[in-house]
Amino acid sequence: MENILFLAHNEADGALSKSALEALGAAIELKQALDGTFAAALYGARIQPAADSIAACGAQRFLAVCGDDFAQARHPTDAAACEALVRASGATIVIAAASSRNSRVMGAVAHRAHGRVDTHVTNVSASSGAPELTRWFYRQRIEGSLTRTQRPWILLLDPGACFPWQGRPGSITPELIDVPLSDSLRRTSVRGTVTPSADQQTIRPDANLLFVAGAGWTKKQKDGQTHVPEAESLILDFLRNSKASLGGSKSLVDLSGENQSTLRFMSHLNQVGQTGATPRHPKGLSTCCHGEEPHTVGWRFIGERRAINLDPNCGWARGKADVLYVADAFEVMSKVNALLSAK
Amino acid sequence: MSNPFQVVVCASVVPDPLQTLEPVTGPNSPALKNEMMLPVILDPWAAHALYEGANLVKKVAGSSLWLVSMAPKAKLQQVMMTVAQKVPLQLVAVDGSSSGFADAHQTATALAAAIRSIPGIDLSRLLLFGGWESASRSAGVTLQLVGEELGIVDQFQGVDAITPQDDGSFEVLERIEGARHQVSLCAGPPAVLGWATGSLGEPRNDPQVGMANMRTIMPALQRAVATTISSDGLQYANVTTPKQQRQTRIVKDMPADEIATEIVQWITQE
Repeated sequence: MENILFLAHNEADGALSKSALEALGAAIELKQALDGTFAAALYGARIQPAADSIAACGAQRFLAVCGDDFAQARHPTDAAACEALVRASGATIVIAAASSRNSRVMGAVAHRAHGRVDTHVTNVSASSGAPELTRWFYRQRIEGSLTRTQRPWILLLDPGACFPWQGRPGSITPELIDVPLSDSLRRTSVRGTVTPSADQQTIRPDANLLFVAGAGWTKKQKDGQTHVPEAESLILDFLRNSKASLGGSKSLVDLSGENQSTLRFMSHLNQVGQTGATPRHPKGLSTCCHGEEPHTVGWRFIGERRAINLDPNCGWARGKADVLYVADAFEVMSKVNALLSAK
Repeated sequence: MSNPFQVVVCASVVPDPLQTLEPVTGPNSPALKNEMMLPVILDPWAAHALYEGANLVKKVAGSSLWLVSMAPKAKLQQVMMTVAQKVPLQLVAVDGSSSGFADAHQTATALAAAIRSIPGIDLSRLLLFGGWESASRSAGVTLQLVGEELGIVDQFQGVDAITPQDDGSFEVLERIEGARHQVSLCAGPPAVLGWATGSLGEPRNDPQVGMANMRTIMPALQRAVATTISSDGLQYANVTTPKQQRQTRIVKDMPADEIATEIVQWITQE
């Protein structure tokens, strides 16, 4: 019988993130499929609001590590907290969301618990009474299902892959697990967070549309001149009107590192593709980008895809987009902006 | 600055992203069709780690840089012809699998053993660099596991910058949700830093650096210890290439007004 543990940290406001609730939903489904035991464990500075929010999830045990030392997303203390929770729960399967905080420590936790870890999990199921996961290999180009005999087996679920658990809040008093911390675990201090210099926040994970700009925006246009300020204005206007999230091709993002004229709000954080993000959006619109394979591996989880490019033989035309408009993106986007602003 | 670092960069090789990948059934685990024939490159995020490591070593006097790489020896030699021209480095080669289907835990054990065997390595001064994920397995845990094997508790992932301070400590920027960076101050080495893209471009090829590196790279390749990765309880049920081909409608000669109208309708419909 598998002992399933849902493991999460609370957010700054004390609540659980949507991706944590998705992991909870997956843990409950797996528990039902395997007929195992089910526990929930939380770590963070103040876990009570988060614990109360999932009081009705059906967990047989609620465990927690809390205190000021666990307020910071710091590897040594987070790893110690998660290790203690995994050990105290006796879990054989641990399911957690692939947040940056969890992802930073779960390899270490698996190592300390003599278990195994798998990340970027997109589905967990029970096959012949044994848990089986699905994940991608080679940057979303090959999909595989696998199982392991080692326990505990820690699974980090990618955001957006499962339905979030929904239930009424209640009241629960978790078992508090004491985690002694030596000074050697406090050598790192978190000073805060910074947002990269940009005119505005351009990355919106919950947006309906991903808008990707390619290096073509910074190249010479029909008149033999570059029009980078105009490109910036068109793109920012579009983002403002459409509430889309902004992505960039590697070639465009790299231009800024080479001190060439480029879009000021574009950073490596916007980069989509082989060495960038693989965002999830229902729709994606690519502009001035050739749709080469290293870029489009980042489009795996984009539903409907359209592209605007002057080259009718670009990568998008070869089965990577649903629609390719062979047109001047400057011209089209200015008219799109006019239509959107009139709405 | 009088606090030199010993920077060890872990980096493997991955198929050139322009290649078509097709999974096949191997003797113990899945493999890629014609895997040994596929041209390979240095794993892109790990390459960023290498460039950042070389830059750090250049800035902090007395520091050293090693590249620890586990891959089939022939593939490693092919990639080193290019990589050797980028930055001064000392190669530690492990002759083993670079497959995306290989288990991260066993790979980490082999890498940790290779790092421990580096002559003169001082683990208390170690900064363990690598990509935060590979472009093959994308596990994002191999570096963590190597760090654990070496007893390093301060770890950072998705790193975009490291700034050494005069007192030997260093500030780290890590990527977190919402397109933000978390800023941390670490008292000093040892530490693990899994790099995202950093901020440096790819260095230009320097033939002189290449020639100097190749004097040590070829012997390192000859010394490479063969390592076998077993399935170790990991069993693949199914590995496929999903259908990616779409029926693309190519729209030519449509006025910009009409394209704009069509795009706006598409964007705004539920």
